[in-house]
Amino acid sequence: MCLAIPARIVELTGEDNARVDLGGVRKEISLALVEGAAVGDYVIVHVGYALSLLDAEEAERTLALFAEAGIDVAAAAEEGAAP
Amino acid sequence: MKYVDEFRDGALASKLAAAIRVEADPARNYAFMEFCGGHTHAISRYGVTDLLPANVRMIHGPGCPVCVLPIGRIDMAIRLALAENVTILTYGDCLRVPASNGQSMLKAKARGADIRMVYSAADALALAQREPERQVVFFAIGFETTTPPTALVIRQAKALGLANFSVLCNHVLTPSAIMTILESPEVRELGTVPLDGFIGPAHVSTVIGSRPYAFFAEEYRKPVVIAGFEPLDVMQAIRMLVRQVNEGRAEVENEFTRAVTEDGNRKAQALVSEVFELRRSFEWRGLREVPYSALKIRKAFAEHDAEARFGLAYQSVPDNKACECGAILRGVKKPTDCKIFGTVCTPENPMGSCMVSSEGACAAHYNFGRFRDIPVVAA
Ligand code: SF4
Repeated sequence: MCLAIPARIVELTGEDNARVDLGGVRKEISLALVEGAAVGDYVIVHVGYALSLLDAEEAERTLALFAEAGIDVAAAAEEGAAP
Repeated sequence: MKYVDEFRDGALASKLAAAIRVEADPARNYAFMEFCGGHTHAISRYGVTDLLPANVRMIHGPGCPVCVLPIGRIDMAIRLALAENVTILTYGDCLRVPASNGQSMLKAKARGADIRMVYSAADALALAQREPERQVVFFAIGFETTTPPTALVIRQAKALGLANFSVLCNHVLTPSAIMTILESPEVRELGTVPLDGFIGPAHVSTVIGSRPYAFFAEEYRKPVVIAGFEPLDVMQAIRMLVRQVNEGRAEVENEFTRAVTEDGNRKAQALVSEVFELRRSFEWRGLREVPYSALKIRKAFAEHDAEARFGLAYQSVPDNKACECGAILRGVKKPTDCKIFGTVCTPENPMGSCMVSSEGACAAHYNFGRFRDIPVVAA
């Protein structure tokens, strides 16, 4: 019951509610627990409620850290190969 | 950015795996507990274990809300439905959790109890409004993620003066569960469960923030890395834990910065403390009674507290003797250590709670991991 994927807000439907797109599926959820969510934002939805907004910049930063892993490995391999 | 595919990229996964292999010291063993059932699910589903070197081991933790629900609490709901003729509403996973005498909510429903599944707390409240002639009880379970929605509907019910809606509260707290594991004799004295660090929960942390884990890092010298639910998140978190161990650090680090801040969701926290207070003690399946580990509804909302309204008392019931869920939830045993795993106990017919939800250790292993146990024999 804890599994959830990020959902994109496509429409504010009033009274703290919004319609979101969950990988192609449209669903009505509540925004009552978050502040300042707008159309186009991605939110983490849990049992019908948005729990937090996703930060695009932070996401990019995390992806950059993943990519850096490849560089580390290459460097380590070179170090190992060096006499 | 869709926040999904980017975090499941196979090529990046093998790079991260290679980085972990390079960084893990072959002269030592690493054992990390993923606290949360969502991580257990991701690790099994994407085969993360297969990508790790043999000396980095993952231990499943007790962070699956259905798995830690003790039999006695489900008995309370069944009794209420059958004896008081109330309508019980709950999240789908609860229906199949084994209760006393081979019962479950689903079986009680077949015997005529009015027990229904809802997707959200809001649905439960709406149903009470739609059917004012029925007493409706929302059987609320979960960690810090499901608690704010429950708080919200209790407050709404009070504001609406909704006399036929109450909540049977089973909400539990993540930090107390982590603490119980760290204090358990297996970890502290016996050393039977080597534990070098934790992967901190994803969604729970969006609510409580990263701060509450600082205590574990400082007091118990265990590193904590909060991670998102995608496979690359989990692998990056493992890599960060390996680094901390190598460098002799025990800090709280946050891999899931795109959703988790230090403070968490203040709005949700304020709501929860308005409606709930700490319970002196609560029984967890597998961890027994844990002091101050759960929430109860404050007096101001007593009218919407099913325990107060129907005078319910809790009675502890021992688990099925063959079931090893308790030891599995404490990280002492693996699903395959249970004699009835995959034979008598399957997701279709669960004997223990770990086999019910797809986030439970036994169900996750049954669905995704059990074929790996069979050695491949070359023809
Ligand atoms: S396999 Fe079933 S009975 Fe055995 S420990 Fe897991 S849930 Fe319990």
